[in-house]
This record gives sequence, C-alpha cells and structure tokens, in this order.
Amino acid sequence: MSLLPTEDEIMLADTARGFLDAAAPVSHLRGLRDAGMTHDPALWAEMVAMGWAGVLVPEAQGGADMGHAAAGVLAREMGQTLVSSPFLSTAVMAATALRQVANTRANDALRQIADGTRIYALALDEAAKHDPAKTELQAEADGNGFRLTGAKTFVVDGGFADRVLVLARTTGGLTLFDLPTDRKGITRKTQAMIDSRDAVDLDFDAVSATGDDVLGHVDDAMTVLAPALHAGQAALAAEMTGLAARALAMTVGYLKERKQFGVPIGAFQALQHRAAHLWSETEITSSAILNAGRVLDSGDDATLAVSLAKARATQTAQLAVQEGVQMHGGIGMTDAFDMGFYMKRARVSAEWLGDYSYHAERVARLRGF
Amino acid sequence: MDDELDNFRLETRAWLEANCPSEMRDGAKGEDAICWGGRNWVFSCEAQKLWLERMAAKGWTVPTWPQAYGGAGLTRAQDKILTEEMQSMGARLPLQSFGIWMLGPALLHFGTHEQKLAYLPPIARGEIRWCQGYSEPGAGSDLASVQTRADIDGDSYVVNGQKVWTSYADKADWIFALVRTDRDAPKHKGISFILIDMTTPGVSTRPIRLISGQSPFCETFFDDVRTPRAQRVGEENRGWDVAKYLLNHEREMISGGGGGLLGGRPLGAMLAATEGGLTDATLRAEAVACEVDTLAMALTLERYKDQAETTEIGDASAMLKYAGTELNKRRYELMMKVRGADALRWDEGDAEDWLRTKANSIEGGTSEVMLSIISRRVLGLPG
Repeated sequence: MSLLPTEDEIMLADTARGFLDAAAPVSHLRGLRDAGMTHDPALWAEMVAMGWAGVLVPEAQGGADMGHAAAGVLAREMGQTLVSSPFLSTAVMAATALRQVANTRANDALRQIADGTRIYALALDEAAKHDPAKTELQAEADGNGFRLTGAKTFVVDGGFADRVLVLARTTGGLTLFDLPTDRKGITRKTQAMIDSRDAVDLDFDAVSATGDDVLGHVDDAMTVLAPALHAGQAALAAEMTGLAARALAMTVGYLKERKQFGVPIGAFQALQHRAAHLWSETEITSSAILNAGRVLDSGDDATLAVSLAKARATQTAQLAVQEGVQMHGGIGMTDAFDMGFYMKRARVSAEWLGDYSYHAERVARLRGF
Repeated sequence: MDDELDNFRLETRAWLEANCPSEMRDGAKGEDAICWGGRNWVFSCEAQKLWLERMAAKGWTVPTWPQAYGGAGLTRAQDKILTEEMQSMGARLPLQSFGIWMLGPALLHFGTHEQKLAYLPPIARGEIRWCQGYSEPGAGSDLASVQTRADIDGDSYVVNGQKVWTSYADKADWIFALVRTDRDAPKHKGISFILIDMTTPGVSTRPIRLISGQSPFCETFFDDVRTPRAQRVGEENRGWDVAKYLLNHEREMISGGGGGLLGGRPLGAMLAATEGGLTDATLRAEAVACEVDTLAMALTLERYKDQAETTEIGDASAMLKYAGTELNKRRYELMMKVRGADALRWDEGDAEDWLRTKANSIEGGTSEVMLSIISRRVLGLPG
C-alpha cells in the first residue's frame, strides 16, 4: 500500500484544480455570502456533470465509483478555495450509507445522487459536541411505523437538502431514518453560520415514519452510519488539508511580497521559522490523509486511520489559519482579505463530525491507552 | 508482481526462521543489543557473530545495496517485506553503523568503482566501523567554515586540525572527514571529503563526558596525518556536495526516532504498564496528543521512503529531521513525567535515554538550521 498519489489521482487533482479555480474561487463564496445565499445550485450542477456527485456511487447506479482516496483528492482541492457544496454530505456520506444497504430504494437514491436530483443532509448532533452515542431524539413505535420527536442541530446543508438521514433512539438502540425534509412535522430553522455555509436546526414534532423509511435495520444504525461517518471524516480531513495548504501558500506569498524595514518580511528568521514549522505540519498531516483514503479503499477497519487523519487535519488547519492571520498582520484581520474566510471555515470544520479531542480519544483507545 | 512479492515473503520468512539464532529473536533495540562491528568489535555472544555472518553472506545487512558491493539488490518493496518479517519474529538488526547509514549512500553516489569495491563490502560485513568527522570547535551550525586543513604533498594530503562531536571516534576504524583543501576559495568551495584510517600516525581521540554520563562523542585530533589523495571522495574542493548529500541521509536516519518506539516500547504499551494505569488527566491528554503525532510521523517516514524509491528526498529531509527529533524529545519528556520518581535513578536507564535525546535536535544540523533550510530551499523565502 503506497502512500504516494497515483498518476490517476494527480490527474484528478489537476482537473479539479483547473475547474475550481475558474468556477469556484474564494470570491464565489464571498459573492454568495454578500447575496445572502449559502448554496449555488448551478455550481453543484456543474460538479454533478463532472461526475463528482457519483464519486462513490456504483457504476450500475450511474456513478463513477472512484473510491475514497479519489473522494479525498476532490475534497482537498475544494478545500483550497473553500468551495461551498453538498459534496461531503451527499456524495460522500449519504452515498456511502446508501451503499451499505443497496436495496431497490437505496439504489434509486444512489442513482439520484449521481445525477444530481437528490441532495442529502445528515441530522446527527443534538448538542454542541458531536457524539452519536448520546442521541436522544426518540423514534417511538407507532402502529407499523414510528413517530419521531426531538431536535437536531448543526445539520450541514440541511437548508436546501431534499432528504435527511436522521439518527434516532429506538427501544433497542439507534436507528437511521431516510426522510424527505418536507415530511410533515419537520421544521427547519436556518442558522447564520460563521463560515457562510448552510446549516440548520431541525425540530421533529411527532414526525411519522414507516418501516420503509428506515435505512438498514431497526436498532442497528451504526452498520450503515459508521462507514458513512468514516468516509465523511476522511474527506473532511482532506478538505481541511487543502484549506491549510492554501492558507500557507497565501502566507508564504505575502512574506515574499510585503516589505518592512526596507526588506521583504520573509527575510526575517522569526517569520521564516514559523512558516517552515507550518509547512512541516502540513506535510506530516498529508501522510495521515493519504493513509486514510488507502485504508478506506482497502476495506479494512478504518477507524484508527480516519480519526488520525481528522485529528491531525484539525490541528494543522487551525495552526495554518492562525499563523496566516498573524503573519499577514493587520490586513489579515480585514473582511476584504480572504484569510478570514479560511479561519472561519477551519473553525466550523474543526467541530463538524467530531473535534480534535473526539478523534484523538478514539486513536488513544485503539492504541491501548 | 504481487505473486512475486508473496513468494519473496514466504522465502524470506523460511530463511529467517532457519537462520536467525534464538538469542537474536528477543526484539531488543537498546544500545546493549546493537552490533556495531569493526576491527575491535567484541561480540556479546556467539549468536550475535553467527547472525551477522549469515546476514552478511545473504547481503541483508545492506539489503538495497547492489550485490557487487555486499548488498542483495532488493527493491524497496522487498526491503519492506524483509523488515516486516524481521520485526514480526523479533529479529535484531544484525548490524548498525554509520557506514551503512551515511558513508555507504555517499559512496554509492559519488565514489569511483574502485572506492566502492574497496570500502562498501567491509561495511556490509561489519569488518570496518566508520565515524564522521564533520563538526569542529569553530564550525557547528556553520559547518562550511571547517578549518582542519589538508595540504597536498605529492600523492598525499597532510592533515592538521581538530574535529569535535565525532560519534564513537574512539571505537571507529576509519573516519570520513571534511577538510579544507583551498584556503583562499569561498568557504563552501575549498572543502574536500576524505577517508582516513584511524590507525594512521598522528590521529588521536579523547571522549567527551556528556550530561547522560555517557561518552558517545569524542574530540578527534589530526597532527601531520599523511593520507593518500586517492582516498578523496568526489572532486577536490567539491566536498561540500558530498557533505550535503550525506547530511540528507543522516537527517533521514536521525528522524526515524520520532516515528518509532520509545526505548523499544510503543507509547500506549508503556502507559498501560504504568502502575495503576495513567489516571492523571493532564498527563493522559498530553500522551494522547503525542500518540497522534507519533502515528502521523511514522506514516510520513513511510511516505518519504516510498518517494525515495524514485526521487531524491533532498531538502525535505530537513523537515523529517526537524519534526522527528522534536517529537522524539517530546516523547522522552513525556516518558519521564509518566514514570515520575521511578525514572530518576541512573540504574533504571530511562534517564540516560532521555538525556541522550536532547542531542537529537542538535546533531546533524540543529532544528533551527533545519527550519532555515526549509524556509529558503522549500518555501523560497529570501536569505
């Protein structure tokens, strides 16, 4: 298992970079924010047309079935310019969950993900910290079906998704439901997020669900959800390394350009060493990202590899944006300059799908602590 | 391809099973378990000698070197398998040396065919132990300002000067040294890389006692030492190229500490063995963060080894050296904290190891020099 990118992966990254630099630079996200929007359906349609929505969808359902390492390559490039799209929630996580089930309904859903007619969000968290095991939203048995009551928060892309995967507590454990977002009793409350992307709170007031709405089996959510979470965490980690790499590149560029005391500030050793340390951290984190993609594609248990990647990516992205603002000085604090967008996205991504402590703790347990 | 590798693995496993003496299968990695080889080497037991001889005959003390020079010409993938198989049976390394880690790669790259034939096989067989004559009292981080001079006299150099921090110079048979052969040229352009037999009249060494109580480093003195000009590697006054190339290999080697074991033990296992488990929440959090970084570093070393298969790692070795050694220091600091008062007695050995790691971020180029290399050569910052 080589930790070097393959020829195909390098080509995929180049293609993605070319497209995203033209179609979705940071100014695109800034434009959406200034227009009071969180999502650009036209951009997603182009990404769908390039086959990215089907990156993890089987060919039989119209997907490209390129695997998790490839999904990571795409996510990394998206991270470089802070692309706002439902790629992670829909193309990575929902698609991975649906693949675990692979019945007729799930296969139809996969087909619709690949052709862009269906967008998913995941409703997992109920408190300030990600922890699926603490789910309290109740799905009470009601005749042949269920009645869902409770609340979810930090539902990324939930404002424009057609479907939502809802994690609920049932008598014998946790169950995952696949519901339309306009199901009677579901109320969405849009949250203005610091990173200018979409996230909502969802309220469930005696929402009816049938047995057909259950994805996988009752009381057994994790068989379906765990692989989806792993895939999402790995891709999010990859996205964060793209973010960190671009923040570093912007900073190094500024160090060469900005003059004080008559010389480029990059001539000062105090700043050189900070930049060099940051580069080292990004290199080390890249290894964990590549590894996570490889392990996921191998089919082996990826918990350790994925949590290592998310923990490292979180630390590195946070460092990159903090050093980015500091080394840019005053201009780094202005809204007109892009670094603030990187800082805010890094903070949101740090929390999404488990923060540093959550993932480091999983690493520790798996390593015999 | 995969079938070939699978076969290689099976053959390797069978050969190791048949040839590795049981005494050499204890997984020991400490200083006491190392076989450094050399003219004056005293084997710790018959099994250590046998293990070295068998592995050397197979070319597996230096598995990736060409067969003509004492290696086995293994590919990186085969080498990886050999390492895995040795680790899984707890086999000790048959031989470790600066000849293998540093001089060998430099000779393979810069040496003449005659030099390779003369010097590499004795390294592979553990017959000659080498030391490195780089630093001087006035040339530490500013290595290119070495003043030890080698004056030409017919077919010989006459060497005068002093080296310092020469690891194991008192035990080594030969030294590879940076000497000044042109005093008028700019400092990087007047250096040559030469090989000197330590038994040559005029060479003397004096061990330096360190904070660990150990004396792995020496001062080495050259007093009118005559050495043939044929023992120069690379062109005259172009020794800095050889020096840099070798330093990159040295840095990769030193960086290895950060991704691996702690006194032969993985961190998690060590903590689990701590009396009552690690209950202190603050220490545990520190240990968890350290484990995360250790695993990521180990993957990074793997990734760069994969890369080295096709391209030179070059200046990025500064990153491996910087990050690996800083991490290793952090790990040993943590170990001392976890073990508390138990680690404060000399006879426990932990304190020696801990103090030794303090040199990691100094030897082979300080962390600060590494950061400057990254900043200029990788990031392209001015200066």
